[in-house]
Amino acid sequence: MKHTLSVLVENKPGVLARVAGLFSRRGFNIDSLAVGITENPDVSRMTITVDAEEHPIEQVTKQLHKLINVIKITDLDAEKTVARELALLKVKSDAKTRAEVMQLAKIFRAQILDVSRKTITIEITGTFEKIDALEQLLQPHGVVEIVRTGRIAIERGEK
Amino acid sequence: MKGSEAIIESLKVAGVEVVFGLPGGMVIPLYDALYDSDLKHFLVRHEQGAAHMADGYARATGKTGVCIATSGPGATNLVTGIANAYMDSTPMVAITGQARSDLIGTDAFQEADITGITEPIVKHSYLIKNPNDISRIFKEAFYIASTGRPGPVLIDIPADMQLAEIDYKPAGKIDLPGYKPTLKGHKKQIISAAKAIAAAEKPVFYAGGGIITAGADKELLAIAKLMKIPVTTTLMGLGGFPEDNDLSLGMLGMHGTGYANYAVTHSDLLIGVGARFDDRVTGKLATFARHAKKIHIDMDPAEISKNIAIDIPIVGDARDVLAGILAELKKMKRDPKKTAQWLDQVIAWKKKHPLHYKDEKGSIMPQFVIEEVNRITKSNAILCTDVGQHQMWSALFYKHLKPRHWISSGGLGTMGFGFPAAIGAKVGCPDKTVIDIAGDGSFQMNIQELATAVCYDIPVVVCILNNGFLGMVRQWQELFWSKRYSETVISCQPDFAAVAEAYGALGMTITKKQDVGDAIRTAIKSKRPAVLDFRVKPEENVFPMVPAGKSIDEMIGGHKT
Ligand SMILES: Cc1ncc(C[n+]2csc(CCOP(=O)(O)OP(=O)(O)O)c2C)c(N)n1
Ligand SMILES: [Mg+2]
Repeated sequence: MKHTLSVLVENKPGVLARVAGLFSRRGFNIDSLAVGITENPDVSRMTITVDAEEHPIEQVTKQLHKLINVIKITDLDAEKTVARELALLKVKSDAKTRAEVMQLAKIFRAQILDVSRKTITIEITGTFEKIDALEQLLQPHGVVEIVRTGRIAIERGEK
Repeated sequence: MKGSEAIIESLKVAGVEVVFGLPGGMVIPLYDALYDSDLKHFLVRHEQGAAHMADGYARATGKTGVCIATSGPGATNLVTGIANAYMDSTPMVAITGQARSDLIGTDAFQEADITGITEPIVKHSYLIKNPNDISRIFKEAFYIASTGRPGPVLIDIPADMQLAEIDYKPAGKIDLPGYKPTLKGHKKQIISAAKAIAAAEKPVFYAGGGIITAGADKELLAIAKLMKIPVTTTLMGLGGFPEDNDLSLGMLGMHGTGYANYAVTHSDLLIGVGARFDDRVTGKLATFARHAKKIHIDMDPAEISKNIAIDIPIVGDARDVLAGILAELKKMKRDPKKTAQWLDQVIAWKKKHPLHYKDEKGSIMPQFVIEEVNRITKSNAILCTDVGQHQMWSALFYKHLKPRHWISSGGLGTMGFGFPAAIGAKVGCPDKTVIDIAGDGSFQMNIQELATAVCYDIPVVVCILNNGFLGMVRQWQELFWSKRYSETVISCQPDFAAVAEAYGALGMTITKKQDVGDAIRTAIKSKRPAVLDFRVKPEENVFPMVPAGKSIDEMIGGHKT
């Protein structure tokens, strides 16, 4: 099962290495990891997605807690969170297919960032699934390169 | 003030009296400041020795041990010692020199990324990048090392940080938002535990090193006596419960006593305290204490339900939690006969499966040497060990009565630990008799520290159980690998007594059983560092033994023949 861990850490050197090292040491593959500062400059947030069962995820969370620089960990409940990811896709496209590719992008509310003779570069924001869907539709044209940020997520406000 | 002086000042503020180390290029400024200070420094012959000495000092005294090494090879030589302290939760601060901060990352001379290398084996680490942080970092380091579940903290200090002129300010209040160990046990859980204990007919305490760290031995004894509950300890927990008490089952696990393993297997309530359900204790997990409800009291939440599902988890300091349970039990209606039948069963197991060995004419049995050490020191020595068969015999055939009198490498199983740890223990407890039970293999891994012991006149008695083998590995080969002794025969053994004498220590070789006691007495009386080379029976095995992957009640050699 996919888990999204939202980890608040002190903004100190070596924290990323410690967190990432802990996952690999305990036998976890990180699907994605995004780090950025928060509203408090002394604190950073890591959003980590991992694929794991309940018991091991509880173990890794407890181990993470033992890192001195880790302040708080939340295993985000998918129902109560909004998650987004940003991706940049460079797709093969010439004069003949340009319109079709741009049309697809439009349906997905993606932005066109760059157009060249042979390619189009698209920016898309959305859920993991939405990005996958667009990628698949573009696949027949030939996706030259794809760059994804990894998931970031935030809990919804109280109802 | 210079950074290096700030380091010395910070050590004093932390209450440090002794440090173990060896200088080098990147700690010359620090050693220069040390030169004028009244900190007692012990110069070792290998940095691994310094780390183990700091470890032994910490285990014997309960204080935080400190070791110092230079950058690069000095720092990497500490690594085994740091890992050892980590596995056994010893409070330790390791200080390493580092290449100048402007050279870090350039593969400078003797640069090693020691914070990176030790990342998985420290409780925390620091690389000092601003000399004004020195007092704060040292204060935090000692606090982190010694509180909660203790462990090693590394401080890596580039040479320019030691040289910098700073405006020294004592550290302010500790502010670690991510570090808040839970000390007090949850009241409701404590009450549930007390109820479960009062209701149990076949309860067993399974006590680990946490009892000793927390100083919870009195509370453990009080509950055991009040409720008539037998107690088994892990290797790390030896001394946490007096083995001369009828309720003592000795050690459990792979080389545990038959009665401890049977009691755990047949118990209806297992009360784990400060122990971590390690594979050397549990054997096959699926069958471990399979009929028992399980209580687990531990400082470290990550240990709870890590290996085995727990019914009543309690996070907190073992002493606080046990005191809480004791208070609850005293308030409750208790049936003093509740465990009577169970205790009869335990006595029957003790009768049927006592610890024993077969004496052999003309041989010195290794177990006999341990019994003699026990007799002569009246179970009152600090007993340190290396790793192997001799370690297990020391665990089994010595009567462990008091906390902090047993110092052995449990989690990492580090050959070469015992002798330097014994030196550290003796430094910390000069009035105690300190004995190191060594293996002929293990002792040679840090034999160079004989120089340290002689130089500072640290009278530790090393008893080598010299069997001519890497005995524990040989035992496995004998039992499970058709006696194919691949590289476990130690040929070309040195004359240990002569080596000891060459270093300036007392050396003796003992080949006859009747000389064993005299040799031990002479060595202790000499008040000199001493090495006793006991030529013991070469192919003796440690029994009982639970083969790898078996349930702990499936022991071999657990019956008296
Ligand atoms: C540093 C290290 N290397 C290897 C081992 C594996 N090992 C465990 S026990 C043992 C044999 C130890 O021999 P000795 O010190 O003579 O003790 P004995 O078992 O003979 O009493 C070995 C090699 C270890 N525990 N530590
Ligand atoms: Mg040996």
